[in-house]
Amino acid sequence: MAKLLVADGLRKAFGQTPALDGASISVGAGEIVAVMGPSGSGKSTLLHCLAGITQPDAGKVRYEGRKLTEMTDRERSALRRGKFGFVFQFGQLVPELTCLENVALPLRMDRVRRREAERRATEWLERLEVTDVAGKRPGEVSGGQGQRVAVARALVANPRVIFADEPTGALDSLNGERVMRLLTQSARESHAAVVLVTHEARVASYSDREVVVRDGRVRDLTGASRG
Amino acid sequence: MSIGQTFLGLLESSPRHGYDLKRAYDERFGRTRPLPYGQVYATLSRLLKSGLVEVDSVEPGEGPERKRYAITEAGVTDVDRWLSHAEKPEPYLQSVLYTKVVLALLTDRPAADLLDTQTAEHLRLMRELTRRKDGGDLAEQLICDHALFHLEADLRWLELTAARLDELAREVRSHG
Repeated sequence: MAKLLVADGLRKAFGQTPALDGASISVGAGEIVAVMGPSGSGKSTLLHCLAGITQPDAGKVRYEGRKLTEMTDRERSALRRGKFGFVFQFGQLVPELTCLENVALPLRMDRVRRREAERRATEWLERLEVTDVAGKRPGEVSGGQGQRVAVARALVANPRVIFADEPTGALDSLNGERVMRLLTQSARESHAAVVLVTHEARVASYSDREVVVRDGRVRDLTGASRG
Repeated sequence: MSIGQTFLGLLESSPRHGYDLKRAYDERFGRTRPLPYGQVYATLSRLLKSGLVEVDSVEPGEGPERKRYAITEAGVTDVDRWLSHAEKPEPYLQSVLYTKVVLALLTDRPAADLLDTQTAEHLRLMRELTRRKDGGDLAEQLICDHALFHLEADLRWLELTAARLDELAREVRSHG
């Protein structure tokens, strides 16, 4: 599998506290990788570095061979908008916009015409089984519906990588499963890779493989099993 | 659980008489179900026959002779294989896993690797079940969910044990 996103020897400290201490990981095109680990192990920091949201103190991140760590802020923002999609635990939808407008937002920012953006956003709301909330604002929908709207928004601009940080963290089991099933199914259909940060094994089981972050380093468990 | 392999692990940490072996086993792993003597000697004679242990010394006494048993090279290889091999994930596996962790610590093997190996095997099975669930009807989904929740509980135990490994190592070694 061609490597789409590669991080090598990432180090990052917040004050005196090291979050990453030589973390390396690679993600193939269309691959779904779960990043697991206990709280405070550095898994969210790793996701932020991979997505170009946080600059590491040392180490490199490459997307399709281009070094994120050497890009200007403007170049990184353009890459995030054009190639990456994001799903967080909560608080990511713009409260003043309807769910449909929220999903259409990344397209509008890329200057797609309103009618076309809303047509594509409607298609994604259908795929995520939330067409009934299109005209509602995020505050008027349930947590599970809101997360499915967020997944639709992450996928609408046809990104190559989806970064999902505890996407089901605020949901009950049934809604969490539905979000994960739809997220991974849609990503597979769109050939988008997913970097999924979670501390829940059942959420991670939707991935193709799992890695564990421990003490700021990444351990790939795939080779560990000899069972 | 394999009593034979547990004996081998205990013998690797030091040669013992049959009685001491039973006592060490009961103390560490058989608190609620001590081993009957019959089973201790039957297991030892099986291990002798297959060349995994040998009689290290014989002390004459008033009653029957007291034999001291030691592990052989083949026995060490057998323990090695058992400890490094993931168990088939299934509910109520903890007692086997606990035994493996303690024996790894007792014999200076990397217990963290053992936990990682088992974690990977559990995660692999969970992925398989999640895929099966995706294509299944409701009954299939519920059956898979039941297994998934149990495996998740095992994984939490593995994670917690990994976090307490240093503490456990100190405790295990202080018991001798």
